[in-house]
Amino acid sequence: MRLEAAAVEKWFFRGKGDRNRFYAVQKTDLALASGKVTVLTGRSGSGKTTLMHMMAGLLVPDGGQVLLDGKDLYALDDASLSRLRNQTFGMIPQGADVMPELTVLENILLPRGICMRERDSAYAETKENCLRLLEQLEISGLLDVRAKELSGGERRRVCIARALAARPAVVFADEPTSDLDDESTRTALSVLRQAADDGCAVMIVSHDAEATDYADEKRKMDAGHL
Amino acid sequence: MLFKMIRGVLYHQRAKMLLIAFTIVLGTSLATGMLNVMWDVGDKVNQELKTYGANITVKPKDASLLTDIYDVGEGEQLSEAYLNEEDLPKLKTIFWAFNIVDFTPFLEADASLPDGTDAKIVGTWFNHHLSLPTGEELDAGIAGMRSWWDVTGGNWLDESEPSAASSVMVGTLLAEEKGWKIGDEITLAGSAKEMTATVAGIYDAGGDEDLEIYAPLDLVQALTDREGKVDRIEVSALTTPDNELAQRAAKNPSALSSRDYETWYCTAYVSAICYQIQEAIPNASAAAVRQVAESEGTILDKTQLLMLLITALSLIGAALGISNLVTASVMERSMEIGLLKAIGARDRSITFVIMVEILVTALIGGVAGYFLGFGFAQLIGQSVFGSAIEMKLKVIPIVAALITLVTLAGSLPAIRMVLRLRPAEVLHGGQ
Repeated sequence: MRLEAAAVEKWFFRGKGDRNRFYAVQKTDLALASGKVTVLTGRSGSGKTTLMHMMAGLLVPDGGQVLLDGKDLYALDDASLSRLRNQTFGMIPQGADVMPELTVLENILLPRGICMRERDSAYAETKENCLRLLEQLEISGLLDVRAKELSGGERRRVCIARALAARPAVVFADEPTSDLDDESTRTALSVLRQAADDGCAVMIVSHDAEATDYADEKRKMDAGHL
Repeated sequence: MLFKMIRGVLYHQRAKMLLIAFTIVLGTSLATGMLNVMWDVGDKVNQELKTYGANITVKPKDASLLTDIYDVGEGEQLSEAYLNEEDLPKLKTIFWAFNIVDFTPFLEADASLPDGTDAKIVGTWFNHHLSLPTGEELDAGIAGMRSWWDVTGGNWLDESEPSAASSVMVGTLLAEEKGWKIGDEITLAGSAKEMTATVAGIYDAGGDEDLEIYAPLDLVQALTDREGKVDRIEVSALTTPDNELAQRAAKNPSALSSRDYETWYCTAYVSAICYQIQEAIPNASAAAVRQVAESEGTILDKTQLLMLLITALSLIGAALGISNLVTASVMERSMEIGLLKAIGARDRSITFVIMVEILVTALIGGVAGYFLGFGFAQLIGQSVFGSAIEMKLKVIPIVAALITLVTLAGSLPAIRMVLRLRPAEVLHGGQ
């Protein structure tokens, strides 16, 4: 599997008129490959998250293409793109993280629950994997706790488990270690590294210098340029 | 999983959902109350108007023709044509028999009084007991049809008492002029016979009737040697306000198509009831008292329009309320919706979740609102008409459809917001 951003660019307007156009990402190329951890660093507002969202099928680029094994992601219809986000990608977002009314287990199984029934074998397999991940992330005791009752660090780890539980081909992690202490940071990054070693392509956007220690490829973004 | 989310939202956001349900309760209760009253108000207003007299007059065919040609006033006769008293019970055998509330015959004559003057004497039923071939029993007569008459002395004649056969009621002006009091015996000389009757009641009708004598029909028939005959019959019937079909039918029923004829015949239009009376009573011509029939129609139309406007306004209000509340709820949950989209939920799945939440809330609010609305209807019925409002089953599906429509319409802005929401905008630190 190869996910590639080919000359993608994204701009926003900060006011009326073309002169107020602000380029978040400027003609950028980036490729993610199976088994590799790519860590993207850079200052706030440098375009890291925008680039990640474009590659994750969440933000339509204004120029260039995002190709999955050679096929343009944004040429897909809504159903196919949703299926791709559900079954091929795993997402650890920076802001919104969990569904507060669901339990930890329900949150982690949510991507599976959206597209399949509980009696499906893939669902059972994901559940098994989920329990293993919760052990690794040291939150196995929180299985039946409602997400709204969790601390920031616990919610972060639930997000990591949710992204990895279904063994996706690509994982996008936006600041996966924010809200985590040093030990939990190391655990979280190890789990992501392990996912890559198992064949997953992992893209991490982080301010955390420690993340680069787990990277196969380190890239830095500055003012929309990689 | 989606149902778990719905259940979670309904339970954990119950305060917000209760607010939406409350808005729906208000809309539903007003719509239910107004629709129930609107459909029952026809009967209620009809019943109210029935207390102000008959709305159908039945005359012999020949007399009716001459009256129409020479434009003779009510009660005046130009011919010696009569209806048979024995045909009167047939009024309760027509298709709309149950809508015939009351009826009474009239036979008029001039009677000579002992002082040499003449007075108009009207023979009628007061509370005549009838046993119909259908097994039904009823009391018909003028007592129920002239409820506004003020009996200032004595009482209405009670035909069940033997003394009623030789008693009369006298108009207040005539009684004053002749110095008659309750219990006085007066001698009445008709064209065939002279009879003595007791003054059993003095009434104030506020019109020409105050110069007349009202006597049992048999007495006037005997005075004038017209046994079994009546001049005219007044009928009080519950009717449906005329529409275009009724107006066409009133002109010429035979010109209607068979389908229209059936609809007209099986609806309680005053013209349909007149037509059926003519079918039942030989040689009779039945006509609507237009002023009464038209007043009924106008009052009903205006009342029903008012109710419909209140219903529409309450539903529009509910739709706006729902729209605001649901939109606010979706805005609050935009992060969750963005997350759902990011992990692969399709727009239609998210729309489904939100719609189920709202429709379940609407169902709860709708059921509560229906019963509350029915309570409102009873309150209106008791305070305005002094009687209960009948539960109209047809209101249930109509209110259900209206509330569903209003809920869907109210949810549209929120759904549009869901469809337009771009996950990247809310996932990046959230909005």
